[in-house]
Amino acid sequence: MRGSILGAAVKRAEDPRFVRGEGRYIDDMRVEGAVWMACVRSPLAHGRITSIDIDEASRAPGVIGVYTGTDFGAYRMPIPAVGAHESTARPIIASDVVRFAGELVAVVVAESREAASDAASLVWPEFDSLPVVVDPRRAAGQDAPLLFPEAGSNVVVSGGDESEDDPVSGAEVVIGLELENQRVAAIPLEPNNALAIPDDAGNLELWVGTQSVHLARNRIFKTLGLDRDRLRVRVPDMGGGFGAKISPYPEQILCAAIALELGRPVRWQEDRIENLAAMSHGRAQFHKVRLGATAEGRITGLDWNVIADGGAYPLEGAVLAGYTRRMAAGPYDIPAIRFRWRGVVTNTAPTDAYRGAGRPEATMTLERLMDLLAVELDLDPVEIRQRNFITEFPMTTAVGERYDSGAYSDALDLARDLVGYDELRTEQKRRREGNDRFQIGIGVSSYVEVTAPDGRKEWGAVEVTPDEVVVYSGASSHGQGHETTFTQLVADVLGVERDRIRFVQGDTASIAHGGGTMGSRSMQLAGSAVVGAGESVIEKARRIAAHVSEAAVEDIVMLDNGTIGVAGVPDSGRSLFQLAEIAADPANLPDGEEPGLGADHTWVQEAATIPFGTHISVVELDTETGDVRLIRHAACDDCGVIFNRMIVDGQVHGGVAQGAGQALLERVVYDDAGNLQNANLTTYLMPTATNLPLIQIDHTVTPTDQNVLGAKGIGEAGTIGSGPAVVNAVHDAMAPFGVRHLDMPLTSARVWAAIS
Amino acid sequence: MNPVGVVTQVNGREIARSVPARMTLVEFLRDELGLTGTKVSCELQVCGVCTVLVDRKPVSSCAFLAVDIDGREVTTIEGVASDGKLHPIQQAFIDHFALQCGFCTPGFVMMAVALLEEVPQPTPEQVVSYLEGNICRCTGYRSILEAVLDAADRLERASP
Repeated sequence: MRGSILGAAVKRAEDPRFVRGEGRYIDDMRVEGAVWMACVRSPLAHGRITSIDIDEASRAPGVIGVYTGTDFGAYRMPIPAVGAHESTARPIIASDVVRFAGELVAVVVAESREAASDAASLVWPEFDSLPVVVDPRRAAGQDAPLLFPEAGSNVVVSGGDESEDDPVSGAEVVIGLELENQRVAAIPLEPNNALAIPDDAGNLELWVGTQSVHLARNRIFKTLGLDRDRLRVRVPDMGGGFGAKISPYPEQILCAAIALELGRPVRWQEDRIENLAAMSHGRAQFHKVRLGATAEGRITGLDWNVIADGGAYPLEGAVLAGYTRRMAAGPYDIPAIRFRWRGVVTNTAPTDAYRGAGRPEATMTLERLMDLLAVELDLDPVEIRQRNFITEFPMTTAVGERYDSGAYSDALDLARDLVGYDELRTEQKRRREGNDRFQIGIGVSSYVEVTAPDGRKEWGAVEVTPDEVVVYSGASSHGQGHETTFTQLVADVLGVERDRIRFVQGDTASIAHGGGTMGSRSMQLAGSAVVGAGESVIEKARRIAAHVSEAAVEDIVMLDNGTIGVAGVPDSGRSLFQLAEIAADPANLPDGEEPGLGADHTWVQEAATIPFGTHISVVELDTETGDVRLIRHAACDDCGVIFNRMIVDGQVHGGVAQGAGQALLERVVYDDAGNLQNANLTTYLMPTATNLPLIQIDHTVTPTDQNVLGAKGIGEAGTIGSGPAVVNAVHDAMAPFGVRHLDMPLTSARVWAAIS
Repeated sequence: MNPVGVVTQVNGREIARSVPARMTLVEFLRDELGLTGTKVSCELQVCGVCTVLVDRKPVSSCAFLAVDIDGREVTTIEGVASDGKLHPIQQAFIDHFALQCGFCTPGFVMMAVALLEEVPQPTPEQVVSYLEGNICRCTGYRSILEAVLDAADRLERASP
């Protein structure tokens, strides 16, 4: 067999089209006869709709129809937050009450985008305002205004450990902390959109920017009561998702409903202001926690309470604290954990997954606690972590999560060497003693991640024709480079050149089943599925080769020249493409063999995989202005076996940027009346090239026992590991000023107020 | 809304059109000319995604009126490669994995073209400063910086 290309930094097959501007995103598609939808959104955070005047808009040039809750308000989306009261189901357009500023109250459909948008400004909704609650801690209280009176409480879901025993009682040292993991926005550079194309027979082809076409199809056909088989959902190239494009949106479902009603293609493209107001936000958790330890710094117990802000309707954001709980032990041996959480509705945009989805929240709190414990006991942050690491695997934590494999100390040591930890401490000492204006802070964060936490099943297929190999995947790449890595995997199994392999994804008509891309699941699940399919293809090819060469199957092997034939007889080899030609004719096949040379495979993984690592950040603090600059960041991540180092490192780089962004810059701000204060990119600050330093990356490799590849997820690790390292670094820099804890984002204004 | 006559050159091609006064340059490129390589993201001239060159200077085409290109020349991402061969900046973006979802990439490439025409051998600080107005949510920017610096070297080696 040829040399394996696995593990090599193979350049991406996707990139030539992207650098030429030939990527095809939904807004780039041109469809004859398509009409445009524009949205009218509630300016109020909470109110009862008393009337909507659509007369003027209906008469405006080019307008085809104006739709309100009267038309589509009865359609409600399935509630993903299991256990929430049925009255909390989200309508695809408000019919009675609006619950956040930005909620849809009407849509205008017109012959052009401009006409739809112009007419949308002529729709006049009237409201009776209702009392507003923005802070979930207040919303959870007794006297708060209720968003869903029928549910009886704004606490719509809850979970965790019921024990009355205090896990911290008797501890020699107790560290308490209240921490806000602030609400942030995902900001994929391509905002939401949809293009719905009906045919004369009542079928609908719906293009949406989504991380999972199957999930979108299932929620949409259920919402609208359509026949599942009449709805085909597809996604072309997509400009980022980061979790916010997992669940379909009301606007996308309306496009589908209106296209079916009008019998014309309907399209919608969100603008950035709408995107900040209406795309789901992430994080938004309030933590109250106590950690108990011995005087030597061994953790004895953890008591953790979370209030999760679900926003106006309980989507995933209301229940992601369940994932936070699964991560509560982090990489540490913690004998007793009590973790309780409540998901609360507020008059803000709904929250949902955002890169890490409940898991970065756990790491942030735990890593702050570790540093506070180190300060309390006057230990180095590295030492406190080393003393508490889990060292035996597999093991199950106090919250019941199975950890497959790990070598936590190794990753920490590597990160420490990479960044030059000891030299940095010496430099810090020098600056502190010299009373330098510019102080440095060094922050350590050791983490684990629960990847492929749920839905651990994925489908893949491989089909060989006389001309090409086609790989089908139920995952849905939107920047992750599956066209490259999955074809690498299949090329390796089949012994075929990558340029003869075509990759298909993101289409419910050609992909039988699919979970999509989220939760760092793709390589481990979808990669295992395409490898399984490829291996089945080889088995079938061997059976066919045996039949036509009148040899035993056991004697058929892949020969040194990459062909399949009788062992020891080089001339007997046939290429897979020749065998595909033979396999096309049933007359050539042994009894019981289906024509064609293809196979599918469903990979089911028993448990989540647990990657881990340590990030170390270095910041410089200007003590005269409070300005904090991230000057170095070292990331040592272990995601098991690596198949394309370039792509893995790219995931880490991007993840670090998002973790650092939350640590230093990002925050969605509502005022007390529920008005969004920063609904554009001049006021919602995110990292640019000037904010990010040299990022040093390395890996340890500890395979998992959970899949055939030995691979764990890497998509979210950078975000999970980096944020706490940056936050701890800023606190380390502020240590001489006696600052115990500041919440993110650690802007110069916040830091300045704390140190002056 | 009276249409206004515009005579311009886009990627070397003479174009004469009558456009609504309120039409933005990016709408003109995408909807009138079908040049969909230029993307739209912030619609507020802060993210750099829609960057094109007007008379070889970078502009945000979401905040630039189509009527204002009358008598001027426009270069878009579709006009960067020549004779089917990638521009060294485009090739460097591939080689350094300076893109993931690809949505911001046309804007970054156009900005890098403008930078290297103005400053053929920039320092890393100059590249960072020049690209500050371009947002990427996927890469963390390091690979983009490396690609632009490498492209500068490639261009210098290629020029006599």
